[in-house]
Amino acid sequence: MPKLTIEDLKRIREKAKKSTSLREGETTVKITVHMGTCGIAAGAREVMDALLEELAQSDRQDIRVVTAGCMGMCSSEPNVTVELHGRDPVIYQHMDKNKMRQVFRRHVLLNEVQTDFALARIR
Amino acid sequence: MREISLHIMDIAENAVSADASLIEITVVEDAGRNRLEIEIRDNGRGIPSDLLERVLDPFYTSRKTRRVGLGLSLFREAARRCEGDLFIRSEEGKGTQVSSFFRLDHIDRAPLGDMAGALAGLIVGNPRVDFVYTHNVDGRVFRVDTRDLRETLDGVPITHPDVLSYLRDYLREGMAELRTRHDSAHCA
Repeated sequence: MPKLTIEDLKRIREKAKKSTSLREGETTVKITVHMGTCGIAAGAREVMDALLEELAQSDRQDIRVVTAGCMGMCSSEPNVTVELHGRDPVIYQHMDKNKMRQVFRRHVLLNEVQTDFALARIR
Repeated sequence: MREISLHIMDIAENAVSADASLIEITVVEDAGRNRLEIEIRDNGRGIPSDLLERVLDPFYTSRKTRRVGLGLSLFREAARRCEGDLFIRSEEGKGTQVSSFFRLDHIDRAPLGDMAGALAGLIVGNPRVDFVYTHNVDGRVFRVDTRDLRETLDGVPITHPDVLSYLRDYLREGMAELRTRHDSAHCA
């Protein structure tokens, strides 16, 4: 495989700058992957990796992914919190790559909360 | 932890919690000296000297959501299992440096694992923090500085889908490259 260079990144930048949606810059979805020691030991990195892969394949620029620490519910890790603009955040538990993909495609993209994986809805 | 990259990720997240704006991660694999060295250095708020001795105690934590703090003690135990050790230096207001070393070919040494995935997660998940990652395998070096990436991107966010694809591939390729030209039996 040819080595990626900084020129490739410059091309991506120019292409991205041309797309109008960038200027809006609005975040409408926030996804938090809880990355305390407990989360990482339970597989949060693999969950994050699947999430980044999904995000890279989507053409959504309004989704923000952040890491956070432990919520104190270590036994339900990996935990992921999905917050759609104007809606209650939903905490998912015991996440893995496949569940993360499903949550991304159904909850994040289609607004269908995946109650089977949910730990709680924060009101 | 199944992989050393997970320890690195964990310690780097500590640095984020300490409000670091710059985190420098250095991994050195030296087959000649049979040593794996890992250093995570941040410019966060640092650890007060009276707490410095206690941070390696699994029953000490500064957090309030739970009563144990395992990250650093697990990392130290992993190093000690492999004829290595871990040290912390910290100065309040200046930052913290966590240094560890392992015997590279020790049978109990966990693989470095998916360091590219760990780094991508750290970079994307902490957009306000800059990372400098340096990986040296027997003198060959792969280095990423997110300050350079940001300068090149000129305002385009690192979370833009195309940038994200690039970043993931770039990290994977860069780290794979360190190994492919490397014919040693020490696969990390």
